[in-house]
Amino acid sequence: MPVAFPFSAIVAQDEMKLAILIAATDQSIGGVLVFGDRGTGKSTAIRALAALLPSMRVVDSCVYNCDPEAADTVLCDACREQKAEKGKLKVRKSAVPVVDLPLGATEDRVIGALDLESALTRGEKRFEPGLLARAHRGFLYIDEANLLEDHLVDSLLDVAASGINVVEREGLSVRHPARFVLVGSGNPEEGELRPQLLDRFGLSVEVSTPKDLETRMKVVRLRDEYERDPEAFIDKWKRKDAKIRRQILKAKENLSEVDVPDATLQSAAELCLKLGTDGLRGELTLIRAARAYAALQGDDSVGVEHLRRVAPPALRHRLRRNVLDDAGSTTRVERAIEELFGEASAAA
Amino acid sequence: MMAADGASRDTAGTDAPDAPAEAPRISRWDDACLAAALFAVDPAGSGGISLRALPGPVRELWLELLQELLPADEPVRRVPLHIADGRLLGGLDLAATLRAGRPVAERGLLAEADGGVVLLAMAERVARSTAAHLSAALDSGEVLVERDGITARTPTRFGVVALDEGANDEEQVPTTLVDRFAILLDLGDIALREAMPADYDVGEILAARGRLDAIAVDDQALEAICGTALALGVDSLRASLAALRVARASAALAGRDAVTVEDVSAAARLVLAPRATQLPAPPDQPPPDEEPPPPPEENQDDNQDENQPPDQEIDKPLEEVVLEAAEAAIPANLLAMLQMGAMRSRSRSSGKSGAIQSGSLRGRPAGTRRGEPGAGARLSVIETLRAAAPWQRLRRQERTQTARNGGPAADLLVEVRHDDFRVTRYRQRSETTTIFVVDASGSAALHRLAEAKGAVELLLADCYVRRDRVAMIAFRGPGAELLLPPTRSLVRAKRGLAGLPGGGGTPLAAGIDAAVELADGVQRRGGTPVVVLLTDGRANVTREGIGGRAQAGEDALSSARAFRVAELKALVVDVSPRPRPDAEKLAREMGAVYLPLPHADAAALSGAVKAVS
Repeated sequence: MPVAFPFSAIVAQDEMKLAILIAATDQSIGGVLVFGDRGTGKSTAIRALAALLPSMRVVDSCVYNCDPEAADTVLCDACREQKAEKGKLKVRKSAVPVVDLPLGATEDRVIGALDLESALTRGEKRFEPGLLARAHRGFLYIDEANLLEDHLVDSLLDVAASGINVVEREGLSVRHPARFVLVGSGNPEEGELRPQLLDRFGLSVEVSTPKDLETRMKVVRLRDEYERDPEAFIDKWKRKDAKIRRQILKAKENLSEVDVPDATLQSAAELCLKLGTDGLRGELTLIRAARAYAALQGDDSVGVEHLRRVAPPALRHRLRRNVLDDAGSTTRVERAIEELFGEASAAA
Repeated sequence: MMAADGASRDTAGTDAPDAPAEAPRISRWDDACLAAALFAVDPAGSGGISLRALPGPVRELWLELLQELLPADEPVRRVPLHIADGRLLGGLDLAATLRAGRPVAERGLLAEADGGVVLLAMAERVARSTAAHLSAALDSGEVLVERDGITARTPTRFGVVALDEGANDEEQVPTTLVDRFAILLDLGDIALREAMPADYDVGEILAARGRLDAIAVDDQALEAICGTALALGVDSLRASLAALRVARASAALAGRDAVTVEDVSAAARLVLAPRATQLPAPPDQPPPDEEPPPPPEENQDDNQDENQPPDQEIDKPLEEVVLEAAEAAIPANLLAMLQMGAMRSRSRSSGKSGAIQSGSLRGRPAGTRRGEPGAGARLSVIETLRAAAPWQRLRRQERTQTARNGGPAADLLVEVRHDDFRVTRYRQRSETTTIFVVDASGSAALHRLAEAKGAVELLLADCYVRRDRVAMIAFRGPGAELLLPPTRSLVRAKRGLAGLPGGGGTPLAAGIDAAVELADGVQRRGGTPVVVLLTDGRANVTREGIGGRAQAGEDALSSARAFRVAELKALVVDVSPRPRPDAEKLAREMGAVYLPLPHADAAALSGAVKAVS
């Protein structure tokens, strides 16, 4: 695989970078959707994520990367049997998977199917896990998410909701865990995203092209430097990437320690009420994202300034279209924040 | 290969269009030759070239020239319009797989083109999925295949030549692709007699390729490129990056070891000018000083030495020279549109027909998928057999097993199982629903309604051809009323329109709100709504249904803004006998096209609607 552009060398686009870091810190956040102009580094940022993620502990010899500490219900069949037999599981370190779902992928490769090779050479029926299995405990990235075939979207949504992939085909019946963070990117001009899929994403980020000369020159210069000699470029940015990796690692450790005071919970509820977001999912994501943000900042308590920062990505795609309000969803969230919490304070 | 699909030069010479009499400052053909040479120097780096020209001798000549400039051992692959994903990306080679008794992957066309050039025929009609695959391969420098039991990652670097045969503005190469191409070339108005053989040869190209990596680009050149892009309103940063690469290729071609003003000007002409979305501000008025954002602290120290502006006096002139070069190269038709200020406000989804939708029954076949035949899906026999083929050995074994265990011993040549079924998918354009919103208030109502009715009927007559629907909302008195739900039926429309009431106040806000609501419903069902509002723009009933001109006007404008947020295609027809600014302002707030039509007659109205939708 060609080496990815380093995350730390991405200029501006702070909200997108923050959303990706939040998803890396707390995988239960429910995915990130990056929508916006062409040539803004959407795919670049997401592909850079893989190099940033700290490694995780997996069951040795497990094809699904099961978590050795997980409860029995989350383990795959093989691991459950092994655990019942031996009482413990052999553990090894592994990189967190970031799996690319290419647009032309066929259903059999996404959800898994019979292994063609063993069927042809040995005449055996063996399950060959698909991309969903490979993405378990990691990230599944869909570029141009709005162009994905409908029938693939349907299978994806089903698995993303349940965390379990059920394959029933060719006389084969397989269930395996598939909990992954869905990361999508796309350009709204190519077509809208189906509402069901939109709702799956915890955070949604809008990106636009920087308009000032300075930033633009910087982007072009860095990108050009990278393309002319990727290895040297990555080497140059290695230390900054490592710093971000440590930040993620520390935030993951501290996440459970971060305190969410009642006052913050109430503020989050008020904000969601004011914006009229559907269901409780928005509120939950808002709190989680704020907590992950606080952990990334090294703070030990979630305050209004954290909510303020993560509210737009956590809520903007959950607003009902309001006929009486002419503003875009980002403006509406920002306005509600200002009305509730006052002007941006220096602490934010 | 490239010359295979056109008439040869000498026989077709007579069809060449006549060139305009005046001589351009830099001959268009010379620039086209330069573009070919620059592309040949760095095909993969430049991403591609979009060649807008009808098939004909000029295009053939240009393609021949490019072919001559590319080293003979580099692959050139032609992608036909309706190429299947399997052939483009690669997948299972069924014949080889069955012969070898193990899975054999077939290399796709994109992998075959590694190190060479992909020719995209009729690029203006290419499927969005094909465009997306090409874009992905251009971006990542590899083809990622997850198909038919094959997982493969093949590195491939190629440049694309997109043959754009679009005849008008509505036929364009997909923007995803154009954004990744460095050079946009229009051979449209170049006459054959201008098209001389160019004086580049392969030797020069190869020499330039050798120099390419060592070409220095200073900050002034970079600033000139980025500044010109900003001044012309070229937003995508890919364009600036592509301009930088083209400038570098130009320096390499000229045998220089640093990028000079000529190189940057050439890049601006070929890369930036055709993408202009605005005309640069006049020189005496400097571009608005935008506050530079605080530099992200992690990047601060890395480029400090490069950031030092070189203290040379020619700093400013360079950018101006480049900008002038770019401005001169803006194509005439684009220039005309820019001068009208039409580009910025162009609708997001331009195009005559509705958005494309994947249905199950009608339209153009668009590949197959696993699924059950029946319920509107058609079985694809070939694909089903293909899917079944690799599993035959396994199934034969299973059969002998069951036979041995006393089961039925069926003697089958090919066993097809449930899981093998493949159904054909079809893709069709979604239908357009034209929503008429008619002001039925006051004295002129009856006349206006009659004209609207006439237009609805005329449009319905077209519907059988265009598969469109119409709907009608009337507003008067306290609120709006849906007179005709979306329909394609002429009979139903006539019946619904027959008893149309008129008179009373003008609740404009209620009418617009009703249109947004109906349009939303149409979109949810997969249609594309077009709203036609017939009004004089003067409201006198508020959203609550209470009289009061001032509040009613406010309400109407706020509804209009909500309408704009919904991003619907719309036409406001001003039907007052003497058009006033009210309706025009309303149209502006709605993001709609404004059309004063004081004596609206059904035929004119129907014509205007067809032009918009």
